[in-house]
Amino acid sequence: MKLVLNIIVIIVLAPLAGGLLTGVDRVISARMQGRKGPSVLQPFYDVLKLFQKESIEVNTMHRFFVYISLIFVIFTTVIMLLGGDILLALFALTLGSIFFVLGGYASNSPYSTIGSERELLQMMAFEPMILLTAIGLYYGDKSFFIKDIIAANVPSIVYLPGVFLGLLYILTFKLRKSPFDLSMSHHGHQEIVQGITTEYSGKDLAIIQITHWYETIIALALVYLFFAFKSPFSHIIAIFACIIAYLLEIVVDNAFARVKWQHALKSTWVVTGVLASVNLVILSFFR
Amino acid sequence: MNSIFILVLFPLLASVAVLLVRQDAFRNIIVRICALTTGILTLFVVCRYFKDGIALSFENRSAIDTVIAFVEVFIAAYIIFAGIKNKKYIVSIFAALQTALMLWFEFTQKHGIDVHSDIVFDRLSAVMVLIVGCIGSLILIYTVGYMKWYHIHHEEYKERKSFFFSVIFLFLFAMFGLILSNNLTWMFFCWELTTFCSYLLIGYTKTTDAVNNSFRALAINLGGGLAFALAMVYIGMNFKTLELSVLTAMKPELAVLIPVFLLCIAALTKSAQMPFSSWLLGAMVAPTPSSALLHSATMVKAGVYLLIRLAPLLSGTSVGKVITLLGAVTFLVSSIIAISKSDAKKILAYSTISNLGLIVTCAGIGTQESLWAAILLLIFHSISKSLLFLTAGSVEHQIGSRNVEDMDILMQVSRRLSGYMIVGIAGMFLAPFGMLISKWVAMKAFIDSKNILTVIILAYGSAITLFYWTKWMGKLVSNANRKDHVKHTFHIDEEIPIFIHAILVVLSCFTFPLISEYVLVPYLSGLFGPSVLMPIGTSDVNIMLIMLSMLLILPISFIPIYKSDRRRIVPVYMAGENTGDNESFYGALHTKRKVKLHNWYMESFFEVKKLAFWSNIVCVAIILVGVVLLIGGIAK
Repeated sequence: MKLVLNIIVIIVLAPLAGGLLTGVDRVISARMQGRKGPSVLQPFYDVLKLFQKESIEVNTMHRFFVYISLIFVIFTTVIMLLGGDILLALFALTLGSIFFVLGGYASNSPYSTIGSERELLQMMAFEPMILLTAIGLYYGDKSFFIKDIIAANVPSIVYLPGVFLGLLYILTFKLRKSPFDLSMSHHGHQEIVQGITTEYSGKDLAIIQITHWYETIIALALVYLFFAFKSPFSHIIAIFACIIAYLLEIVVDNAFARVKWQHALKSTWVVTGVLASVNLVILSFFR
Repeated sequence: MNSIFILVLFPLLASVAVLLVRQDAFRNIIVRICALTTGILTLFVVCRYFKDGIALSFENRSAIDTVIAFVEVFIAAYIIFAGIKNKKYIVSIFAALQTALMLWFEFTQKHGIDVHSDIVFDRLSAVMVLIVGCIGSLILIYTVGYMKWYHIHHEEYKERKSFFFSVIFLFLFAMFGLILSNNLTWMFFCWELTTFCSYLLIGYTKTTDAVNNSFRALAINLGGGLAFALAMVYIGMNFKTLELSVLTAMKPELAVLIPVFLLCIAALTKSAQMPFSSWLLGAMVAPTPSSALLHSATMVKAGVYLLIRLAPLLSGTSVGKVITLLGAVTFLVSSIIAISKSDAKKILAYSTISNLGLIVTCAGIGTQESLWAAILLLIFHSISKSLLFLTAGSVEHQIGSRNVEDMDILMQVSRRLSGYMIVGIAGMFLAPFGMLISKWVAMKAFIDSKNILTVIILAYGSAITLFYWTKWMGKLVSNANRKDHVKHTFHIDEEIPIFIHAILVVLSCFTFPLISEYVLVPYLSGLFGPSVLMPIGTSDVNIMLIMLSMLLILPISFIPIYKSDRRRIVPVYMAGENTGDNESFYGALHTKRKVKLHNWYMESFFEVKKLAFWSNIVCVAIILVGVVLLIGGIAK
């Protein structure tokens, strides 16, 4: 019974938190650009308005993928926040992302297809780092379960500084921020229109927004895991760390122009190879 | 007579029978009946001996040995002659060397070597027998339907159907023999017989390409066979035994590692690992069912089967490390190369090499977790890969091309066929499906055995795997509607085996905890003692099964939503220049231009040719290091 209650709380609260973060993001970005910006609750107004709009589509298939994607992203969020197996959660997340990519292909529209190809490229770029993050966290307590990782005697950041930096690097992909917002972007300067989401409208577009809110929470939960440990006080530090990481991403988003895909892929693989791999090799040598 | 004996000999009998029948309709019936019988026999034997296993010994062993020697000489003479005739002298040399070595050993050295059990059936053999028997017979049933159309679509090739079916049955005989033999002489004979059968299958169409590729396959595998023969002679002369089970029970000392290394080389050639992988890529010139057979149920699986058997001797030794590294490099490089291919069969071939690389890596590490992953990978890979090859064959009939780029119309042509193909692809890499479960455990095994380098390679490799499968899947769901297409029917005799395969892919994922409980854990307990547990916890297994059920239920649950929520359909966005049919747009001067959507291949980004060349060099270097390590060990 308690489990069911927990799951409901997670499903309801996670997107609210994610939406709020997005609102804060928009305000801060606006201030950095010398604008006043919208209200913090603007993302929620946007989504509510999208739900009232007429949904049109280019074929009957492509909306299906967006809903499945949402379901698996929610699934991932629940596994992670209940302290489940981190690798399993990441696999479920990948499944969700793949459905999203397939949605882009399914519309058979030039802009969405390019968006899908790029999204796939981004996944290929950041996936090794995500997996190595999970593996790094495993070294602490020899367990992939999040509830064990956050109950360890020392915070993971102590022995995983390289992995953490690598994770920060790929967080830009996960949060869909410039310079790595190749597949779709909230900035208006994209040459591929709206990328994967080009052919979605109304309800479906609202669902994509909500999916992104969940994904934001998942991404920040990964940061959280590096700081939380046995001591209750550490959880406050971990939340602070998440906020700082998010602020950092906002700055990066506004400070960098989008890069070419070649650069995105190569740099991410090199960063993963150097920071994460060296960190793990040293770690496995000592443990 | 023992039922195992019947199981092994029945395909041989079927092979002869099919060869003699020339009439099409009659032969098709015979092939179907024989395939069905093989399948039933397989199930019967597995049920009968699954629980306790069995070891058989033969009174008239020397008579069988003489027959084998006689057949070996006959095949060798054929190969030597064919090699000279086609100016492929290397093949003749390998065959001559091997046969001379075997005959010398058979008639001068073999006295006093006693063999206790010629045939051993345990849980691992049970798995292999099931794969060969069930997948093999399903492929046979499919072949009946496939070959009907093959010669209609390809009139330029001479029709030799009875020969084709006959060789496939012979292949199944050789595989059964190989899996069940504990006697190395017999195993070697079957090993060479699979090589010979693959040569015959690859050369089926008799085009220049086919002949060249068949000889390449023959040369590489005979080279491996030579290594096998040397290992066997070494074992026979030094340890006075010819039993695989006795060999694997020895301590991994240097004297034992030399023949083990040779056997590993043989296994690597058969499993098409780098630098020996080129033969499998050439094998795709043959009709698709034979590729399905080579890639899933037979041939390449023989190599990894031998490695899994040898794994207790590889764990922690220098040979094991060499094999591990070789497998890992092969895994990574062939998945990168797979990105750059658009021919469906080529993608499948590279993915086979890459997945086998992973199995080889697991076997090389040889801990209980990694072997658990290796055997599971072997099972899942067989089913999914066979499904993919069969669907690829049918797709070629349906749309006249096996280029992935052309498969965007498949949804229009045959919804069911593209559905089966999606199931096959999902089975190869997606979350709740089998291959991913095994990769997951492999990753855990690599971490626990402190092979951090292979962990990193696996992380990169999985990301790359995801890329090339998803973009293929993307083409399948893209639902293009081109009107220039002629409709074909998807024939029932092709669909039935494909359907059964698809069911097996899903079913095997649902039942993997049972496979673990009744096959993997008992087998591994025999090797590592009673402390073996399933590497994935129960809670995770439950979540996996929930995910799998969700994937099955969700598409169906959407049907009512679609019915109640109909929407306006609009043309796709092409910057306002869509001509209205979603196929073309108004270009400059208001001319209509076709829209072409292509996947990414990134050939120049990865510099595929260079990469392939250098990785082969690296793999040769790794093998040489292994040789040096062994020689260094002797000198000490």
